[in-house]
Amino acid sequence: MPYQLLKFALSKKHPEPAFFRQPAELKPSYDAVIIGGGGHGLAAAYYLAKEHGLTNVAVLERGYLGGGNTGRNTTIIRSNYLTPEGVAFYDASVKLWENLSQELDLNLFYSTRGHFTLAHTESAMRTMRWRAEVNKQMGVESEVVGPDVIQAAVPELDMSCSGHAPILGALYHKPGSVARHDAVAWGFGRAASEMGVEIFQNTEVTGLDIRNGRIAGVHTSRGTIKTGKVLSAVAGYTPRITKMAGFDTPIVIHPLQACVTEPMKPWLNTILVSGSLHVYVSQSSRGELVMGASLDPYEVHATRSTLDFVEGLSSHILDMFPFLAGIKVVRQWAGMADMTPDFAPVMGKTPVEGLYLDAGWGTWGFKATPISGKTMAHTLATDKPHELIHGFRLDRFRDFELTGEKGAASVGH
Amino acid sequence: MKLLTCPINGPRPLEEFAYGGEIREMPDPQTCSDSAWADYVFHRDGAPGPKREWWYHVPSGTWLVAERDTASDVVSRTYLLGEA
Ligand SMILES: Cc1cc2nc3c(=O)[nH]c(=O)nc-3n(C[C@H](O)[C@H](O)[C@H](O)COP(=O)(O)OP(=O)(O)OC[C@H]3O[C@@H](n4cnc5c(N)ncnc54)[C@H](O)[C@@H]3O)c2cc1C
Repeated sequence: MPYQLLKFALSKKHPEPAFFRQPAELKPSYDAVIIGGGGHGLAAAYYLAKEHGLTNVAVLERGYLGGGNTGRNTTIIRSNYLTPEGVAFYDASVKLWENLSQELDLNLFYSTRGHFTLAHTESAMRTMRWRAEVNKQMGVESEVVGPDVIQAAVPELDMSCSGHAPILGALYHKPGSVARHDAVAWGFGRAASEMGVEIFQNTEVTGLDIRNGRIAGVHTSRGTIKTGKVLSAVAGYTPRITKMAGFDTPIVIHPLQACVTEPMKPWLNTILVSGSLHVYVSQSSRGELVMGASLDPYEVHATRSTLDFVEGLSSHILDMFPFLAGIKVVRQWAGMADMTPDFAPVMGKTPVEGLYLDAGWGTWGFKATPISGKTMAHTLATDKPHELIHGFRLDRFRDFELTGEKGAASVGH
Repeated sequence: MKLLTCPINGPRPLEEFAYGGEIREMPDPQTCSDSAWADYVFHRDGAPGPKREWWYHVPSGTWLVAERDTASDVVSRTYLLGEA
């Protein structure tokens, strides 16, 4: 929009553009309330308004928009999962991602880099072959490649990993991408707000009003709201909400940490993941290396970060790229990952009528942001679970019908 | 360095320990219902707060009980099972 830019430049006033309306007061009632202003909650609000005409909706966020795991994640987007349910779901998400900057009229810096999951052992190679076959069957671009292809894509990589863990091959996934996380929250938030959804920051849900097994409203730090439909999309806070609702889930919270280096000239074009070395790394459009490792080993409900993490991660990164020895880590942080036993999410209806859950996103939920919003909006509007999320229902645990995704999800985000 | 007190070996670096999860009563698998078993295996109150947990001191092979607040990560007590 160059004309608008010119007008802005020539004008005497330069107001900070507001991304979304910030109504002063909560209304006494809404058709639906979404708890959590992360990517998932805001995407659900967007699709509720856009595809189901439901606009009398409030999104309640205890902190600031995108300040949860959305704004803390390392933004790897891919669909080369292990189960047919997972592959179909994440592939539908990748298809939405590809056009999302256009749709939301905001540059999400969606950047397709290709994604290598490195294998250092024969058993890892076996899992890669298995995943490649499932992926191809489902029409997802995914293949096992040898060391020569990896070395050609990343000449700086020490293929022996300092002699500890020689690379035997990799699962290569061409659509693997990264995106700018905050922009995703803002983009969905702005678009939802333009259609009438009301977004409230610094507004915490403190209790649920449940009558005869049905949701009747929510109590918040700013008063009570009546509503017949509530979506909980609070990631690491999910057990606190399900406790308010009076039922248990298999979700356990573990911190997941990440860090970035000082910026460098672009040299790493792809996304690299190593399960054996517990590392994943990509280079952001600002030039920083964005790096993460595996989960902290025990339950903690806090976003503290540790020296152990940077030490361990740095030593593994140096096994792969010894030339980085002089590069500084400039920031580290943590999010609270809502882990499930089968590494698949928990989506859909709950024992409380009118209360819907979008949770169990652990270390892998950013890539699902658009499709989870779309499928949860459908589920909430029609009171019928979307067909893509059948394998993710909470009842699967009671039915002993798990959706075993661990082979594709652990470390490899 | 974070320390945890092993009832046998005294305060030791946390890296020497493995986490065994919350202590939960196991129903009798022969007689309980499928849904009670699913509850035991999968479902839990995952909200933050004080919990009784299994921890394992790896070098000495000692299983111990720790009382830990999962919100603050502060351990208030460790002991051997049965010594509570
Ligand atoms: C370090 C790290 C790296 C990751 N890397 C990747 C990756 O590479 N790829 C990938 O796909 N996924 C990754 N993930 C996972 C991903 O970040 C999450 O699964 C995803 O962002 C979850 O989005 P969400 O909107 O559901 O949750 P969040 O963004 O956490 O939003 C939930 C919001 O709910 C709010 N809230 C909580 N309780 C209340 C309440 N009572 N009232 C009101 N508001 C409340 C919180 O403040 C929060 O803003 C990573 C996670 C972490 C921590």
